[in-house]
Amino acid sequence: MPDLSTNCAGIRSPNPFWLASAPPANSGAQVQRAFDAGWGGAVWKTLGVPIQNVSSRFGAINYSGTRAIGFNNIELITDRPLEVNFREIYETKKKYPKHAVVVSLMVETQEEWKDIIKRSIDAGADGLELNFGCPHGMCERGMGSAVGQEPKVNERITAWAVEYSTVPVLVKLTPNVSDILPHGLAAQRGGAHGVSLINTIKSIVSVDIDRFVPEPRVGSQSTNGGYCGAAVKPIALHMLARLSRSEDFDLPVSGIGGITNWRDAVEFMLLGASSVQVCTEVMLKGYRIVEDMIEGLGEYMASHGFQTLDQLVGKAVPAYSEWGDLDLNYETVAKIDDKKCIGCQLCVVACHDGAHQCIHPAKEEAGASATRVPVVDEAECVGCNLCQIVCPVPGCISLVAVDNGFAPASWNQHVTTGAKLRPKKGAH
Amino acid sequence: MSKPIPTDRSESVFEDYKHEYDAKQAAVEANRCLYCSDAPCTKACPTHIDVPEFIRKIATGNLKGSARTIFEANILGMSCARVCPVEVLCVGDCVYNQMGVPPIQIGKLQRFATDHAYAQGWRLFEAGAPSGKSVGLVGAGPASLAAAHELRRLGHACTVYEKRPVIGGLNTTGIAPYKMRADRSVEEAEWVLGIGGVEVKTGVEVGKDITLDRLEREHAAVFVGVGLGPDTRLGVPGEDLPGVHGAVEVIERMKLGKLALEGVKSALVIGGGNTAIDGVRELAGLGVPSVTLVYRGSEAQMPGYRHEWLAAREAGVASAFHAVPVAFEGSGRVQRARLVRTDAQKKPIAGSELSLDADLVLMAIGQSTLGQLLSGLAGVLVDKGRIVTDESGATGRKGWYAGGDCRNGGKEVVNAAAEGKAAAQAIHRMLGGKDA
Ligand SMILES: Cc1cc2nc3c(=O)[nH]c(=O)nc-3n(C[C@H](O)[C@H](O)[C@H](O)COP(=O)(O)OP(=O)(O)OC[C@H]3O[C@@H](n4cnc5c(N)ncnc54)[C@H](O)[C@@H]3O)c2cc1C
Ligand SMILES: Cc1cc2nc3c(=O)[nH]c(=O)nc-3n(C[C@H](O)[C@H](O)[C@H](O)COP(=O)(O)O)c2cc1C
Ligand code: SF4
Repeated sequence: MPDLSTNCAGIRSPNPFWLASAPPANSGAQVQRAFDAGWGGAVWKTLGVPIQNVSSRFGAINYSGTRAIGFNNIELITDRPLEVNFREIYETKKKYPKHAVVVSLMVETQEEWKDIIKRSIDAGADGLELNFGCPHGMCERGMGSAVGQEPKVNERITAWAVEYSTVPVLVKLTPNVSDILPHGLAAQRGGAHGVSLINTIKSIVSVDIDRFVPEPRVGSQSTNGGYCGAAVKPIALHMLARLSRSEDFDLPVSGIGGITNWRDAVEFMLLGASSVQVCTEVMLKGYRIVEDMIEGLGEYMASHGFQTLDQLVGKAVPAYSEWGDLDLNYETVAKIDDKKCIGCQLCVVACHDGAHQCIHPAKEEAGASATRVPVVDEAECVGCNLCQIVCPVPGCISLVAVDNGFAPASWNQHVTTGAKLRPKKGAH
Repeated sequence: MSKPIPTDRSESVFEDYKHEYDAKQAAVEANRCLYCSDAPCTKACPTHIDVPEFIRKIATGNLKGSARTIFEANILGMSCARVCPVEVLCVGDCVYNQMGVPPIQIGKLQRFATDHAYAQGWRLFEAGAPSGKSVGLVGAGPASLAAAHELRRLGHACTVYEKRPVIGGLNTTGIAPYKMRADRSVEEAEWVLGIGGVEVKTGVEVGKDITLDRLEREHAAVFVGVGLGPDTRLGVPGEDLPGVHGAVEVIERMKLGKLALEGVKSALVIGGGNTAIDGVRELAGLGVPSVTLVYRGSEAQMPGYRHEWLAAREAGVASAFHAVPVAFEGSGRVQRARLVRTDAQKKPIAGSELSLDADLVLMAIGQSTLGQLLSGLAGVLVDKGRIVTDESGATGRKGWYAGGDCRNGGKEVVNAAAEGKAAAQAIHRMLGGKDA
């Protein structure tokens, strides 16, 4: 069995799976149950001056019968007394010395930061996570994403925290910015040992169309909240890769956002995350999901010959390049496996209405040879993937590379050296 | 070990009546599972397989983990996926039934995961550190196999005594071939014993070839998993005519070799339980032109599973309810059965005789019990042929345990697997081991 032991910014845990700072890490009893279920670490629900929450707090979006592919919340940081939290952190650490307990923090003044950091470390925190990300409520009070959106403020508070802390400091970044890089670099300049990303995305999840109120509804009102869950993974992956690829940025990253199973976790690691955090999927399914995550990651590593996590962390980063460096002469066409095709014609309608009108229904034929397997006009197919994406049968449509005789050439090469491009397809 | 069984057997003509899933079908079904907490399907399973967990692992592509979840609870998970009456166990309790939505096909998903594990040759468990203790197991059926595997994981040496030349018990010799054929059961038994450290002595009948005293002397504990005995008889005239057989005996011949059915035109199967229902379906499947189930109660009173009986009816078998044989007649071999009608209480109605042609009769009115094997052992209680034990499988005599059909009076493979495993853990505790 490969070794799953994890070191993210100097914070060690038996495996890379951590609870994100959120309701599943709200109390000692919960975190201890999570550790018993197999979680390697937990980022405690953000501590600060305890707040008062509203009800209701959550909303979700369902799609085609699948519940909660995206999730939204308007809750704030901890509402429990600080001394209770610290006592439970102390007890948890004592019982689980090998697991990572990271304490998430959000306060305002320098004095408050100094005080809460000392108390966290006294309680046994293995690391701190500065919550510069909450996109609702707290930012109206000048905290959370209000900090994360201002590189100068981010850098200054990070520097305070690093000065007062004897344990590693992670800065949790908000995705509610146009480019994540300046914010990662600000944390780096402030001396952070690592960053975690993403926090939730500013959102309105839905509207009650009979009451004329957005959701989640608090009486006759609502407010914007933070979006998370499976649907946000692509946004998180991009922000992660953006930092991983930058030559200026070289901090470890704890990846968060839409992780639901071991496959998602592997994707985050391949793009540079050295630990991963989960909130929504645990809220929806429970701590028990970690058993499959541990097994699945272990099997994946064994099947690819990875013995330790550092052998896979960042392995897909070099393949993430600029559009201008992509090979414009690389050509694929769709092929339909007539033995697997079930004749639904979903590819036909998608290509006709949404792509290049090059998948055609089988010719009307009577009798035994009648077939509903569509035909791809390969001379017109631009190789866009849409048909494969809508096909309900795994492995039925594949995009196959064709040798068109052209040497690889990117747009940048074309512009700078006049590299020869193949004739455009489907552009008439 | 097990004597090889011939490749060409009467049962070979049968195909699986529940088709197997391919990867895409399994993925669609697995993604439908709600991943319930404290799930009713898990509770309904006598071995308490964590059903939502193994299904989620299929959905994420963690097939090895899925198989491990199944086998961790039930090492006979491969055969159980095929032979369990899931309609009245896990699938019957799926919460989707409450919604009026088709329940998750748990048996098919379990078959998908476990077949994959067999095909990949995965060995998921290792024997424990040797304890220096040895346990004797009587019978090589599901109960003993599950017990032996668990005992090996806990480090105890095992010797299995089996009177037949083949192993697997009724899983090999009794299961309807459209659920599972004999070779699959033997393969499973060998895979289970592949954990190593189990000596299997076939062709050794305990009580005859080796005494109970000797077992007690040679082993630190003994597990008895002898199952049930031969088919019981009605005790009516003509029952010993050629052509009148016990159903389980005939099924065993069909499963392990060739059954001569040439010339058989009309067969009667006497009984209303699952063996009778299997019997009529099997005879019909083997091409007997007219097959009739004869039961002394009404259709609704049949003790066999309704879903199995409906499938038998679909296979074209006939039925005679409220009828019971009073004699079998024929010159040289059976030619007809004389029957009498019964009332709502299944009591014969005087003067209501009828006669049915029959050149083959299978008696499927129950199996005898083998509990008397232990009747000479002081401390062991036998009640109506069943070996009496506490919840863990311990009899009244120190070191003697029992599980499976000989303890529960005849249930399913999955009950035998659960009882065998529980008894192994009790033996382990008795031998001073820590809780598993
Ligand atoms: C026709 C039929 C169909 C069935 N179909 C199903 C089904 O579809 N699904 C299902 O779940 N269950 C089914 N069952 C029930 C299931 O087969 C049994 O519940 C299960 O096999 C019991 O396991 P066991 O280990 O207790 O006993 P068995 O499987 O009976 O095994 C006992 C073993 O002990 C051996 N033995 C007996 N006496 C001695 C001795 N003195 N010395 C040495 N060895 C001895 C026997 O030869 C046998 O191999 C069916 C049963 C029958 C009869
Ligand atoms: C109900 C809820 C409460 C949250 N509270 C906090 C918090 O207190 N501090 C914090 O840093 N992030 C908080 N988050 C954000 C999560 O930690 C996480 O960054 C985000 O949900 C993305 O991960 P996910 O897709 O796995 O849920 C919260 C999220 C939810 C859904
Ligand atoms: S999840 Fe629990 S706390 Fe939330 S509304 Fe339902 S019952 Fe109340």
